Amino acid sequence: MSDINANVLATEAAETIEDLAESASGLFNDVDRDRVVRYGSYLAMALVFVSLVGMAVGLDGRQILFWINPDVYVNHPDGQGLSLGDVALWMWPLLLGWAATNEVVLEGMQARVRGVSDLVTGFLVGALGGLGISFLTFLMSVDREINPENGVPAYGARDPLVNWNEQLYIMLTFNRGWTFALWAWPLLAGLLAMVGASFRVMSDPIRKAITAALISVLSVSVFQFLVDDLLEGVGETIADPGRISNFFESDPSLGRPRVDSAFDPLIDFLYAKTGGLRLEGVILVAVVAAALSLVASYLVRGRVKQARQAYFDRPLAERTRSSALLMVGVALALLIVPFFTGSIINELLANVGIFLLLALGLNIVVGLAGILDLGYVAFFAVGGYTTAVLTSAGRGESWPSWVPLLVDEGEPVVGGWLIALVLVMVFAGLTGLLIGAPVIRMRGDYLAIVTLGFGEIIRLLFLSDWLKGYFGGAQGITNIEGADFGPIGTVTGVEPRSVFYLVAVFAAIAIYVSWRLERSRLGRAWMAIREDESVAEAMGINTVNMKLMAFVVGAVLASFAGAIFSAKVGSIFPTSFLILVSIIILVVVIVGGMGNIMGVIAGSLVLIGVLGGPKQPGLLQEFSEYKLLIYGVLLVWMMLQRPEGLVPNVRRSRELHQEEFLQDAWLKGEVDTDDEGDDVATEVAPA
Amino acid sequence: MSERILDIQNLSVTFGGLHALKDLNFHVDEGEIVGVIGPNGAGKTTFFNMISGMVTPTSGDILFEGESLIGLDPNQVTQRGISRTFQNVRLFANMTILENVMVSQHCRTKQGVWGALFNTPAFKKEEAEIRAHAEKVLGFFGTRLIGYRLEQPASVLSYANRRRLEIARAMATSPRLLLLDEPVAGMNPKESAELTGLIGKLRSEWGFTIVMIEHDMNVVRDVSDRVVCLDHGETLAQGSFDEVSNDPEVIEAYLGRPLEKQK
Ligand SMILES: Nc1ncnc2c1ncn2[C@@H]1O[C@H](COP(=O)(O)OP(=O)(O)OP(=O)(O)O)[C@@H](O)[C@H]1O
Ligand SMILES: [Mg+2]
Repeated sequence: MSDINANVLATEAAETIEDLAESASGLFNDVDRDRVVRYGSYLAMALVFVSLVGMAVGLDGRQILFWINPDVYVNHPDGQGLSLGDVALWMWPLLLGWAATNEVVLEGMQARVRGVSDLVTGFLVGALGGLGISFLTFLMSVDREINPENGVPAYGARDPLVNWNEQLYIMLTFNRGWTFALWAWPLLAGLLAMVGASFRVMSDPIRKAITAALISVLSVSVFQFLVDDLLEGVGETIADPGRISNFFESDPSLGRPRVDSAFDPLIDFLYAKTGGLRLEGVILVAVVAAALSLVASYLVRGRVKQARQAYFDRPLAERTRSSALLMVGVALALLIVPFFTGSIINELLANVGIFLLLALGLNIVVGLAGILDLGYVAFFAVGGYTTAVLTSAGRGESWPSWVPLLVDEGEPVVGGWLIALVLVMVFAGLTGLLIGAPVIRMRGDYLAIVTLGFGEIIRLLFLSDWLKGYFGGAQGITNIEGADFGPIGTVTGVEPRSVFYLVAVFAAIAIYVSWRLERSRLGRAWMAIREDESVAEAMGINTVNMKLMAFVVGAVLASFAGAIFSAKVGSIFPTSFLILVSIIILVVVIVGGMGNIMGVIAGSLVLIGVLGGPKQPGLLQEFSEYKLLIYGVLLVWMMLQRPEGLVPNVRRSRELHQEEFLQDAWLKGEVDTDDEGDDVATEVAPA
Repeated sequence: MSERILDIQNLSVTFGGLHALKDLNFHVDEGEIVGVIGPNGAGKTTFFNMISGMVTPTSGDILFEGESLIGLDPNQVTQRGISRTFQNVRLFANMTILENVMVSQHCRTKQGVWGALFNTPAFKKEEAEIRAHAEKVLGFFGTRLIGYRLEQPASVLSYANRRRLEIARAMATSPRLLLLDEPVAGMNPKESAELTGLIGKLRSEWGFTIVMIEHDMNVVRDVSDRVVCLDHGETLAQGSFDEVSNDPEVIEAYLGRPLEKQK
């Protein structure tokens, strides 16, 4: 009996072992080798690129979170936590591990059950990518020569590769030499990529919770400045509600008495004194975010989807109304933010507003009418210079006396800025006509290039010696007065909050204008032109006039931004109006979502607010050196993955994904197939 | 009332060395339905392109209600009262069906930036009229293009309905002369019979004068008062359907295929 049992057990054990071996080899068979090699090489390239571009070392100075208490161990030899530079490296294995395990599941196909093979894929991708850095550190160690006299290491390849230096070597080898990096990086990157891949294996709520925790920790640490500022402002208001009454008088952040904020303990708990999240802070933020996400997914579950569906089933007019309401709500919420933030954040918001205004104008030109205007900055410049000429005592000498100067003994004239604004509108409109008339008959690329040229011409005119007596050449115009609105107050750059509100008013006007025009006879004509210019013309639309009109409306909105910019900065130079400005506004519109007001707002907040404008710092000041690089990468990635932008315009995404859209519509039974006469014609709407 | 609405005199056009149209003489009287036939590449669409201002003729003149159209932009031609459809259906695919028909009333309406921004009573009134007219035009095709379809993008329509929407869009410009380029191409016999009836109504109910290019001889026979046959840019024959279809030159141009057998 027991013999037989033992036998059975033995065979069973053997079978189990065989099964295991089989599944182990099956595991590797499941792994798509081409994919691993491809994504692994991408990863290696990304890591080496980030290192050599100087991002890793450049951002290493900014510590974002600690796992060792920095108040106790100053400069711990093993590093104390994560720096922004580390994040710039570590995020790639995470992302590519996740991307490498992506699988497209077509309609009607069974999705593959995710499992260990995904983790293996992730790990292999990461390890392969990590080898990129191992190899880099090896090369560096070969090139590294220690000067025998002073013991300072020198690098031969430093000459072409600026960032090929000791700091990078120390960072990449964790100060333990290249042999350590040789195995440490493949392991580290492999594990990170495995974590990335594991997101495919997890169940939905768990994945959401972990993602929420990750993103929250990252944002609370990276955007420490904003969180700190907001908490402090709100906390101070709670501690001393009387502060509210001073809000309209002046910027309380300027020389305000420091009140103990109600949130001070929280701030001290979250952040280390030297900046960066403390370990306790990391845990708190992660746990709260994960818990909220879990609660949300259990409470809400399918309801969001249902609500969305219900929303889209409602008639268009009703939807427009509710989205307008939502927008007003968001705007009101935004309006009170500057009450609680200090001047740096307010300055940032004011910059976002100025670029939002510009982007809204360009959105009418590019997004609605489909005119690719690359010289848009010209109108910004015209607005800025016109205001400057009318409101600065420091304007050029050559102006005849009948050109009004709205300055009264070194003080701005009440309402002077508004008077200037009227002239700004006129001049911007005229410039729009002047530039537009010759170029508007062109199409596509030709138009883009010619507008690019005109943008530069305008800037060079302001810069020229020829007009130096008027516009000051390279010295520009200084001493521009703020906008004095009498009893309401004066808007100057010294009080960013006032600029913010002025910008908000004009952004609201621009939004209203875009919104009204889009839903009018003009908006429809622009759309038709964008779809098919020749047919639009054959259907009776005067395409030249209509395009010119879009061009001029855009020009006027840009000139408003210029007028505000002048009053804010107090001095303007031709270098404020480089072509780069046009490009960045265009990127904002494209990344946000062309033809969509919400998209443009999102685009300006994300790009200008976080990364910064052409010269204006954003929330991530550390990134300012790499701003253009990031803009470029973002643009390329968007074009490849999501050409309709962050917040897509329904129509545009239809254009860009025509086939998928039709397929969806077909599946939903919305496409009508060729009918057989009246029986089908009387059919009612599908339920 | 045989007033000449369209009078084409010695019209020629060359593309490079190719004579797409040679010395074409042709006229349309008010209230007529004229069919234009001819083998592929005969120059029929080019003829339409020239009337609608999309192609400039090399020589000759086009008179519409006594005035020359030469040198006018397509939108000005439409403004004068000529509208057309396209052989290769060119709708504004991502605009809704309603918008397609609203936008083509552009040259008959005039509200500008001011009205749109301040939502003036005049603006509201005009928008309401545009919409009402659009729905009336779409209603011409029964229930096919109205109701829930109004808000759908034109790209979801079936081929036959796209052709109908093309006609609706052209109708909405309130023309006096309507140029239809192969209106029933790609439709099944039942659909084309139905559309043939509608083309008759376009004249009797809407008062349009119609020039129609068509390969389907049944349709041409059923609605045309007069038929013109083009070949290699030249007029082969003009006259009633029977005259033209029995013309030996026409039969030869169609590669000797007897027209009757085309049914
Ligand atoms: N824009 C152009 N440039 C050069 N050649 C052209 C152009 N448009 C038309 N053609 C040529 O002119 C001739 C007449 O073309 P058209 O399109 O008018 O023919 P059609 O009678 O409409 O033929 P179908 O029955 O196939 O529609 C063809 O040989 C065509 O290739
Ligand atoms: Mg043709």
